[in-house]
Amino acid sequence: MRRRNKLILVLSLLGVSLIAALFLASAFGAVSISLPDIVKMALNKVAIFDFPSTWRAAEETIIFQIRLPRVIGGALVGMALATAGVLFQGLLRNPMADPYIIGTSAGAALGATIAMLLPINLAFLGFGLVPIAAFGGALATVFLVYNLARVGGKTPIISMLLAGVVVSSLMAAIMALLISLSDRLQLNLQSVYSFLLGHISVTGWEQIAVIAPLVIGGIIGARFFAFHLNALSLGEEGAAYLGVEVERDKILILSLGSLLTAAAVSISGLIGFVGLVVPHAMRLSFGPDHRFLLPAAALGGGAFVIIADLLARTIMAPTEIPVGIITAIIGAPFFLYLLRRTRKEYAF
Amino acid sequence: MISLQISQVDFSYLDGLVLHKIDLSVKAGEIVGLLGPNGSGKTTLLKLASGILKPAQGEIRLDGYSISQLSRKYIARKVAVVPQQFHIPFAFTTGEIVMLGRTPFLRALAEESEADRRLVNNALELVGISELAERRFNELSGGERQKVILAMALAQQPKLLLLDEPTVHLDIAHQMEILELVRELNTGQGLTIIAAMHDLNLASLYFDRLILLKEGRVWADGTPNQVLTEARISEVFSALVRVEQHPLTGTPHIVIMPKGSANHQK
Repeated sequence: MRRRNKLILVLSLLGVSLIAALFLASAFGAVSISLPDIVKMALNKVAIFDFPSTWRAAEETIIFQIRLPRVIGGALVGMALATAGVLFQGLLRNPMADPYIIGTSAGAALGATIAMLLPINLAFLGFGLVPIAAFGGALATVFLVYNLARVGGKTPIISMLLAGVVVSSLMAAIMALLISLSDRLQLNLQSVYSFLLGHISVTGWEQIAVIAPLVIGGIIGARFFAFHLNALSLGEEGAAYLGVEVERDKILILSLGSLLTAAAVSISGLIGFVGLVVPHAMRLSFGPDHRFLLPAAALGGGAFVIIADLLARTIMAPTEIPVGIITAIIGAPFFLYLLRRTRKEYAF
Repeated sequence: MISLQISQVDFSYLDGLVLHKIDLSVKAGEIVGLLGPNGSGKTTLLKLASGILKPAQGEIRLDGYSISQLSRKYIARKVAVVPQQFHIPFAFTTGEIVMLGRTPFLRALAEESEADRRLVNNALELVGISELAERRFNELSGGERQKVILAMALAQQPKLLLLDEPTVHLDIAHQMEILELVRELNTGQGLTIIAAMHDLNLASLYFDRLILLKEGRVWADGTPNQVLTEARISEVFSALVRVEQHPLTGTPHIVIMPKGSANHQK
């Protein structure tokens, strides 16, 4: 029971830091707006409070129409990637697995590249063609990899990893070919680059309204598999002995993880390290029990991407750095530190 | 009460037939050792009995129900399996691993109950590893890990316990400890036990019934005295042995005869 209370405390602290990060990131930008004002604005919106306005109307517009959608978008991306990372690492029993491991990144990148190639300007639910194509490409690739790896009614994890690597390389090659052949893409190299390195491109509430239910639904859905993910640590056979319908769970967990990843990719491109580092940091700090790990990683991932995105748009303002560069610069050394400090916990 | 009936079962992996027309039944409360050379089908037979492999021909019944009709969850509440080795990539504690044995009884979003925790503590105590509960599984020795997995299987409250070479890789003290425990689970707790064994002498000492497999067929089935004869052992293992009597138990004791030792016999 004491352990349980400790875990609840940790989850609450992570939740508080996520909210703190939301407000902090809203305060900074081309125009600085004071934190108390933002808190008051937010409370006026959501609750029965009625604080007198000590801010300009323009500031309120900036907060609600520009910053909050972006900051919340960042939170959703981080939550989705970290949860997908936990799901893939748990299912594949591979601590090096990340949300992109079975081909979502290559599929999304190829989809996005093809979309940039097309001279069509289309928008659907606030999304342009590129995010839609990235979303579709990610899901289609996972489906392809899963079916390629399927042998005699089963999909062994090792063949899935191999098929993922091969399909990813093939798609990366096709993407490189398209870029080198197309003048249009050569001119758009900046956008391709920005997609590959990650850039949170949320321009309004419409996108949030589509992505938020996907991400929140995915996170809640993932929690249903916590016990089974724990059992899957014993391997497919061991989990089956404990009553897990392994092939069915595999499809469901892969679908959830891929949907979360695709949702994130559609508004942010490929942000590396979040799905790898955040699950590890949580697991090494608080243990591998997925009942706790899943919510902890979601909250921690959200806060991490918000802060990374805040740095990305402020440290070299007005130039914006791709957020994936920040996550890698923070994430890689941190990961190495964790690995060296606790190497004995992993029996490779 | 549980009984296992295997009738006319054939099984083959992609590269060839492994089991031929296996017919055997195990009654509730029996303790059975499966013997046979490497590749004779012991592990495959255990996997069929636990339902994770499906027979190509024939039928396996658990308590009268065809195992192919039963859900994994249902089977896991009746049958627990102790495989040879587990590799666990994450740093679970021993207590957490044993709690995994409660998986078939837990609902998706529920917490484990006081009763679950009591069962886990009982299992740890029964196996004699309560003091390891907070230790990390990956830091334990081979013998300790084997006990943890056994405790996890017991937390499942099974009626039938399947063990795949539970003493392989263990030193002689741990071998005895595990087998004494298995024996005690059978006599004290009434668990039905089937264990694949590679050591004929240990099998002879600790099991009431032995089943000898050769090339995927049941070659002999009976008490240690009936099964472990010099003729059978040389037929099945192509090894030269002499069978003597254990000085205390009177069960067969197999003495290996090194090559060239035949000359010394006269």
